[in-house]
Amino acid sequence: MMQGAPSISAATGFFGYRFNLVGVLAFLVILFWTVVALFAPHIAPYPVGKIVDMDYFGPMSSKLWLGSDYLGRDVLSRIIYGARYTLGIALAGVLIASSCGVIFGMAAAVIGGWFDAALSRFMDAMISIPSKLFGLVIVAAVGSSLPALILTLAFIYTPGSYRFARALAVNVNTMDFITVARVRGENTLYLAVSEILPNIIRPVLADFGIRFVFIVLLLSGLSFLGLGVQPPLADWGALVHENIQGLSFGAAAVIAPSLAIASLTISVNLLIDNLPRKIRDRSA
Amino acid sequence: MNSEIARMVAKRLVIAVITLLIVSFAVFFATAMLPGDTASILLGQSATPEAVAGLRQAMHLDDPAMLRFLRWGLGFLTGDLGKSYANDMPISVLVSGRFVNTMELAGITALISIPFALTLGITSAVMQGSLYDRVVTIVTIGVISVPEFMVASTAVLVFAVYLKWLPAISLVNEVHSLYDLLRMYAMPVMTLTFVVSAQIIRMTRAAVIETLSTPYVEMARLKGASRSRIVLRHALPNALGPIVNALALSLSYLIGGVIIIETIFNYPGIAKLMVDAVATRDLPLIQTCAVIFCAGYLILITIADIIAIISNPRLR
Repeated sequence: MMQGAPSISAATGFFGYRFNLVGVLAFLVILFWTVVALFAPHIAPYPVGKIVDMDYFGPMSSKLWLGSDYLGRDVLSRIIYGARYTLGIALAGVLIASSCGVIFGMAAAVIGGWFDAALSRFMDAMISIPSKLFGLVIVAAVGSSLPALILTLAFIYTPGSYRFARALAVNVNTMDFITVARVRGENTLYLAVSEILPNIIRPVLADFGIRFVFIVLLLSGLSFLGLGVQPPLADWGALVHENIQGLSFGAAAVIAPSLAIASLTISVNLLIDNLPRKIRDRSA
Repeated sequence: MNSEIARMVAKRLVIAVITLLIVSFAVFFATAMLPGDTASILLGQSATPEAVAGLRQAMHLDDPAMLRFLRWGLGFLTGDLGKSYANDMPISVLVSGRFVNTMELAGITALISIPFALTLGITSAVMQGSLYDRVVTIVTIGVISVPEFMVASTAVLVFAVYLKWLPAISLVNEVHSLYDLLRMYAMPVMTLTFVVSAQIIRMTRAAVIETLSTPYVEMARLKGASRSRIVLRHALPNALGPIVNALALSLSYLIGGVIIIETIFNYPGIAKLMVDAVATRDLPLIQTCAVIFCAGYLILITIADIIAIISNPRLR
């Protein structure tokens, strides 16, 4: 359970570690999708909304590598553009969630008292709402425009990030150097930013990756239900949703976007699992 | 059972009730705060201002939000769940039949997946590092890392499209025999079992491994106790709390899974009802379904915590 704070010795650099083969491969897959998302208009063989095949659910061919979708559009191009929405929305969501979680978590640990108690009670209650259910409720209320989706995802995953960061920060908070800093008369902001943050940043980054996977999965799930990214835009989950009738004859239009999601999420998980122990170790 | 245990259990129950209050509050406000006036949405664009005002009056929409929340909460307790916006049916009628269907699906899945997953989780923890353990770990990480709809669509591809053993879509009203019943439940239950088992296996394995690395297990090993004795007599009784906890947490994935699986297989359960309600923005129905799911989840978690308290030998 609690095992002190193993990542206290922050002297060595983040990139001074050796990565193993699986970790490197996973990193390459993530890099691949990032490049695809960034340069989508230059890579995609066809415009994203253009109907290029007279047939729907056309087979794979040299012209259409992954066949065509339910309207005869090129599946490969749609996946390449879909990477932008899946990666972009998830990244924006996890950035907001982790920042809020870490800020509130450190604040709760440093300030303590009723502030900590009330905030933690509230966050625990939020955690006890299953994420997909929470997503449905908020989407029903605020709709599924892209900003609303990002904020929804961020809101749902902030409590988890808060709990993680708070547990780490509470451990660091009991250290002697914090007491010394307090005696020196440093204010709360200084304590949080200069004393605690450097000591929790690496496990927090690992948590960032895990949370990214959660958000990708939730976003895909919502889009799959037709409640996430709305047409004409489409992320990978939405691609599965719009082509689901093709499942009964095994169309690539259904399988390929699913595989894209799986390759991304499995790679992130594997990368985090194969990070050098020093980075990944968590004290909670 | 002594007073210490009774006190802790009571405290846990109080926390559960408070959490349920906060959660239902959050659900109510998430849906009540939405932009747009419910009355004018219901009456459509051609409604006169008088008609809108009249409906607002009748639905108590002008009351403070706090008062509406209290009225809604009291209605919930007395079984008056209000009416659906979409088709004006009482929500209790809409929900009750669907609720039974979902409980059946969840119950059958739990009956299959819990013994299956516990066995795999415990054995792989005991044989940590073996080939068997590594295969189990890789498969579970794989299943956890992919969306539920991918597990479901893979099952459809394999069993309905290529092998043609099972129907791709389940329809409850076309059941004529036990064979039909089995065929109908096979695909949703199989998919859900897969998803939930992966979570249980992973968490159980972690819990048992943590117990096996404690000093008293090492002590038992040094005394020369046999492997089975160490696991069954020393480790498992102490790992019971964490395992039950892992079970309860994993069953929350059952809720997430049920939402996707009921949709993909057209299963007439409460989750499908809720997804449809979200599509039509039928707020009272969404609120009710959400609270039912949250309450179910909280009950599971609370039971797990209470079992953990009771099974803790230090409190006996």
